[in-house]
Amino acid sequence: MKLKNDYTSLYFNFLKFGLFTIGGGLAMIPLIEKTCVEDKHWLEEEEMVDCVAISQSLPGVIAINAATYIGYHLKGLKGSICSTLGVITPSLIIMMLVVLFLQDFGENPFVEGALFGIKSGCVGLILYTLLKLGKKILKDAFAWIMAIASFAIIAFLNISVVWVILGGALLGIAYSLVFKEKMEAEE
Amino acid sequence: MILFRLFASFFQIGLFSFGGGMAMLPWIYQVACDFGAMSKNEFANLVGIAQVTPGPVAVNSATYVGFTVEGVLGALSATLGVALPSFILVAIVAGFLKKNMEKPLVKGAFKGIRPVTVGLIGSAEVTVAEAALWSGGFSIADTNWLGLGFCIGTLILMYKTKLGPIKIMLGCGALGAILYGFGIV
Repeated sequence: MKLKNDYTSLYFNFLKFGLFTIGGGLAMIPLIEKTCVEDKHWLEEEEMVDCVAISQSLPGVIAINAATYIGYHLKGLKGSICSTLGVITPSLIIMMLVVLFLQDFGENPFVEGALFGIKSGCVGLILYTLLKLGKKILKDAFAWIMAIASFAIIAFLNISVVWVILGGALLGIAYSLVFKEKMEAEE
Repeated sequence: MILFRLFASFFQIGLFSFGGGMAMLPWIYQVACDFGAMSKNEFANLVGIAQVTPGPVAVNSATYVGFTVEGVLGALSATLGVALPSFILVAIVAGFLKKNMEKPLVKGAFKGIRPVTVGLIGSAEVTVAEAALWSGGFSIADTNWLGLGFCIGTLILMYKTKLGPIKIMLGCGALGAILYGFGIV
């Protein structure tokens, strides 16, 4: 789909993300990454990671947080309205149709099989995104330690993601104050 | 009036829930009960449907409850209600970052936030993998080998072809539907 107008392009691309995301916001990250970073170059990989961090650490619906963030990042308030409306449009239409016509939708073996395929494939998709973003972000010992520590904390302790991201921000600030010259040299 | 109450209830849910759709579900259930919209069984049905239909789980659930209570306008009120807090908060934060991304303090914070987020996506991957491939427990005997095949196949296609995630997911869905629907597995 090639659209000239940025606003319609935002709306329809996020409509596409909403339509092809099954099972929540995380499944959307690979789609957003592919379109916004690889194909359209709307974002750098680092900015994609920032988008994930902000979407997870603010309250609300993760997919909508991500849509608003990217829309705003690209085209300000109007852009964020387009992307947010885009991402909720498929849900609105499909759920109303489901309530009206398809109450036992999930029990059909074809639907069950399709969902099984999509969910299993999605594991590979998120792994791909993880490897790609990890390669870009994990460039020094500090980054590796932070990533492994946050993985362990979230996976094994029952601590909210919000605290882990806040902790990461504070340690990052501390690091940048201690290694001021190194931070400047990296630019 | 009922439209405004729907909007306000879902606005609260959007404003005070961290962790996305799954974390909101108990609260959405409470609201659904307050409106007399559904029984426990119906809610279990909703949760199942919200997870298997396209779109964010929270938005799907809000639309479902809103539509059940008050038709199309109810669906719109609930959905806009749950989406609006996200929209406002993120727009404020994004606006702040756009202006201040180059400030040393913000740069330092993101120096820490970025790798932490990679770890976070890693642990999310474990959760997703556990649900899809190791629902019986993390062991070789309990591995869903067919699911693992889909996962590895997807990874290879992402690296080796230009198909992109949507076409690959459609392929996974079609193959899964054929295998299950015709009783091949």
